[in-house]
Amino acid sequence: MREVYLDNYAASPLPPEVREAMLPFLGERFGNPSSLHGRGDAAREAVEEAREKVASLIEADPSEIIFTSNGTEANNLAIKGLAAGSRRKGKHVVISAVEHFSVLHAARTLEKQGYELDLVPVDEHGRIEIEELRSLIREDTVLVSVMLANGEVGTIQPVAEAAALAAEKGIPFHTDAVAAAAHIPIDVGKLGVQALSLSSDLLYGPQGVGALWVKKGVRLIPMLDGGVQEGGRRGGTENVAGIVGMGKAAELAKERMGERSAHLADLRDALIRGLTSRVEHLELTGHPRDRLPWNASFVVEFIEGEGMLLFLDQRGVAVSSGSACTSRALKGSHVLAAMGIPPEKAQGSILFSFGPQNSKEDVDYVLEVFPPIVERLRQMSPLYAKYLKERG
Amino acid sequence: MAQYSDVVMEHFTNPRNVGEIEDADGVGEVGNPVCGDMMTFYIKVDDDGRLSDVKFKTFGCGAAIAVSSMVSEMAKGKTIEEALKITRDDVAQELGGLPANKMHCSNLGADALHKAIEDYLEKKGKK
Repeated sequence: MREVYLDNYAASPLPPEVREAMLPFLGERFGNPSSLHGRGDAAREAVEEAREKVASLIEADPSEIIFTSNGTEANNLAIKGLAAGSRRKGKHVVISAVEHFSVLHAARTLEKQGYELDLVPVDEHGRIEIEELRSLIREDTVLVSVMLANGEVGTIQPVAEAAALAAEKGIPFHTDAVAAAAHIPIDVGKLGVQALSLSSDLLYGPQGVGALWVKKGVRLIPMLDGGVQEGGRRGGTENVAGIVGMGKAAELAKERMGERSAHLADLRDALIRGLTSRVEHLELTGHPRDRLPWNASFVVEFIEGEGMLLFLDQRGVAVSSGSACTSRALKGSHVLAAMGIPPEKAQGSILFSFGPQNSKEDVDYVLEVFPPIVERLRQMSPLYAKYLKERG
Repeated sequence: MAQYSDVVMEHFTNPRNVGEIEDADGVGEVGNPVCGDMMTFYIKVDDDGRLSDVKFKTFGCGAAIAVSSMVSEMAKGKTIEEALKITRDDVAQELGGLPANKMHCSNLGADALHKAIEDYLEKKGKK
């Protein structure tokens, strides 16, 4: 059976160049960057080289990069560490309503600790209401965080504009660039942000590594106390092989961004065109134009995401869904809810996330197998039966 | 999907008794699409008080569809008294188990069947 892997937002194949770069550090080139002998020097040099490559991807200074164990840790460190860093100025935090759980839940934790939290609402396309953000920023606001792009629905946020609002009041601004970094050119100076999160796996690097960039001079309280690794901002022995892999992935991301994004956008657009013309009551979610090139997300009315996912899996197609039934917590997507999509419709959420290895043939295969699956599930659906009766 | 037993996957893939009964003797609806699962059961009862036909329509996850299919099979041919004794646990057991987080929300088939029977008894009582 044909295998069509369209869940690259969850995990993606490691490019051979990245694997090759990592392998020596899992073997003969072992060493601890903190050691003072030759092996330590070699490991430290490898980590510093990776730091330069990651910094270069976002046009930052390498000394401002903190390696973490993933994007979630980078976001936690940013939200909790920056809020704690300016605690004396106030206890008010503003984030968007469509942030990843690692930002949203970190901010909820601050709330439990006595901070006040406001969520910036989004429009039907998932884009923040910039005027709402303006009105939410207060004198005692200590942190604003708005993601660069949302992975679930692909919408790219007006981060430069949002950051400028925070800058007027001298408030640190963080952006979660995890879903965006490999596909949108980033210049932290031009964005006007003070902190930015990255995850290696979404740069097509290995899992288990991330990075937080924090601008020099912005006060950050560490979360992991330990040795003086990462300039004392993140204790713990470095994941050398992983960091080297992330560095290589960042280098490739910069080199291949134009080519990759163009390829992905072609596949995305072919799928969006094909599905919207072949399947009734199927809607694109997220912004129709300002969206990540790899993201094709939809809601399919009258049916539920897990059923689609299971039938697609039986045909060799791997995808994901934001429906309540597919989440381990059995809760519907907060992103779709924030966009005003009613819960029963959000149950029919499905996300096709492309990677560089995907081809036009993959899209054709999905266009062939998916519409009959929708039809099959609708034939079982009491909601569809009701709709047909009401339509007459 | 490794979270489901082979029996669940088989019933999800080839569900029995999907459909509606136009002149059903009883109809039972449970759940709602907001919480994720919704099932409608239709029954036909013969003169001996046996369920001569059972059909369903289900909106929900793989487990919800498999549960509906299994309940329809278990109930078909049974007397009303027997069918009313089918419990959620019986259904889960026949399916070779259900994931813990799906035991509550998706395992509504027996409830929908019982509601259809109650609907039938109510209608019969009025006659």
